[in-house]
Amino acid sequence: MSDLNALLHSRSFVELGARQRASALLDQGSLRELLDPFARVKSPWLEAQGIVAQADDGVVVAKGSLGGRPAVLAAIEGGFQGGSLGEVGGAKIAGALELAAEDNRNGIPTCAVLLLETGGVRLQEANLGLAAIAEVQAAIVELRQYQPVIGVVAGPVGCFGGMSIAAALCSHLLVTREARLGLNGPQVIEQEAGIEEYDSRDRPFIWSLTGGEQRFACGLVDAYVADDAQAIRERLLGILERPGDALPRSRQYPRFLDLLGRYDAAPQADAAAVRALYQGDQA
Amino acid sequence: MSTVLSQRGLNWLHALTADAAGQSGYPASLKVVDAPLAGRPARYLAVVPDADNRFPRARHGEVGLLEGWSLGQALDEVIAADRDAPVKRAVVAVVDVPSQAYGRREEALGIHQALAGAVDGYARARLAGHPVIALLVGKAMSGAFLAHGYQANRIVALRDPGVMVHAMGKESAARVTLRTVDELEAFAAKVPPMAYDLDSYASLGLLWETLSVERIEQPGAEDLARVRACLEQAEADIRAAGTDLRGRLGAANRAASRRVRELLRAQW
Amino acid sequence: METLSFEFPAGQPARQRAQVGCVGSGDLEVLLEPGPAGRLSIQVVTSVNGSAERWRHLFERMFAGSNPPALNVDIHDFGATPGVVRLRLEQALEELSHV
Repeated sequence: MSDLNALLHSRSFVELGARQRASALLDQGSLRELLDPFARVKSPWLEAQGIVAQADDGVVVAKGSLGGRPAVLAAIEGGFQGGSLGEVGGAKIAGALELAAEDNRNGIPTCAVLLLETGGVRLQEANLGLAAIAEVQAAIVELRQYQPVIGVVAGPVGCFGGMSIAAALCSHLLVTREARLGLNGPQVIEQEAGIEEYDSRDRPFIWSLTGGEQRFACGLVDAYVADDAQAIRERLLGILERPGDALPRSRQYPRFLDLLGRYDAAPQADAAAVRALYQGDQA
Repeated sequence: MSTVLSQRGLNWLHALTADAAGQSGYPASLKVVDAPLAGRPARYLAVVPDADNRFPRARHGEVGLLEGWSLGQALDEVIAADRDAPVKRAVVAVVDVPSQAYGRREEALGIHQALAGAVDGYARARLAGHPVIALLVGKAMSGAFLAHGYQANRIVALRDPGVMVHAMGKESAARVTLRTVDELEAFAAKVPPMAYDLDSYASLGLLWETLSVERIEQPGAEDLARVRACLEQAEADIRAAGTDLRGRLGAANRAASRRVRELLRAQW
Repeated sequence: METLSFEFPAGQPARQRAQVGCVGSGDLEVLLEPGPAGRLSIQVVTSVNGSAERWRHLFERMFAGSNPPALNVDIHDFGATPGVVRLRLEQALEELSHV
């Protein structure tokens, strides 16, 4: 009964655009967008390449509150250029996180939520996208000292490239079943390493290694949530209520080096072997 | 595919540290050497080729699972060692990394998390007050550079066609953007952030200094003296100016990055 | 890629602005802002070349003789079909009357 009820009242998060996602997660009525589309701060590089730019460069930055706590949220629009980060979109995320850290130094405990729907660097702005991602990463580590920086990978684009490293720096990371999380996109691995190594058309294989369920089973993310806007919001509020004091995953080199030292790297990897390895020391 | 393994990183590391012995407890693909810079203790780091790497996709100097996590370890040690020291030792990343490791094992085991381990280490070292300098002597590609070098306060590049910063190799970038390599090169000629040459990269304002040397593969005494002097200046500059990344935003080609930050601050 | 401009007679300025859509494959972004009384100005940036007549027909069918509100309209198009364009425009106009 309650399951059916939940199903009837759930609202898919994955299907929402970036702006709708922001308003679904922040406290009702608290959202104030910064550099909204009418500011028209667009990519300065795309039009020279014959590519139509989007007014917000595919990133929504909003201030607001989460359970009454001051928060800043950055949402990447996966529909624009595959959610790729260029100079402007990257600067919006990095700049917002930098200001949140400054808030904290001034006694305002602003936390951050990043909605990551991205293939990584926008190759049409290559080196400025890469530089911006380095700055996003720096800002996550800086803000994380003060307040949670929570990453959400909902899908359908997933989170790849340099932004997967950014996701892995977050203090907490949430995924849905529709999420994929990995450094290198399947096409690029196939291009660089060959189809024997990675068949970019074999979707079940790719999902088995990089899908949200596998990442959660391996302990590489903190929560596996339903594709439901309210469920995701409640999870965020729960984390902010009790952030815990676990060392961020990106600081856990002793554990990961120990596990990798025990891993037999001779045979090719499969999902089950990786689960067994990463679950082995948590039983 | 025949690949000549680059020894530049290793050669420059040896030269800068006067062949000091490396720290034990690291994979053969990560050299961790403690040696002075400007008369003070410093730690030098280089990811280098290891033909016997247990992970076959990380044998040519790529930053892979072991390299990422081990960089995190090498940097955490530095932070811990100087926790109570008033002057934090410098870290020099000698960068010659062709790419991150592309492979099935890597994706399955979470290479993104391993590289985050390295980024975390560099960023925390910087936040703790350690001057972090990256010296680009070869390739500085994509995720590999994010993990090893891009968190530095100051980036110094040697002027050489083999020194290259980019997000993706040309063939893969062409495939992903549905362009031919020729089309990609045509755009790169007029869009500086897409270009593969060092002058275009320098126009983005991300480099603190570029230096010419006589022998890039194996530095002579003069080359070494010039580079060492530059690293010393970079260290002094960081100690004077602070350990954030603001110094990267000054170029005309980063006007949009500055404007976004100004507008965000105004609307915050 | 090309940039096209259109103008139509209009009534009083709209009271607010609206944004819908996304510059994704087969889709478009529409920005509506109040304009000077009597004029509906539309600027289209589209990835599809040689489509000026198609846009003109579409706008004429939607706006000619219908006394729309005075607006500055920005369209960023990534190959949307006329049906999708019309849907997005109607959605944006509807948001104007809601907010």
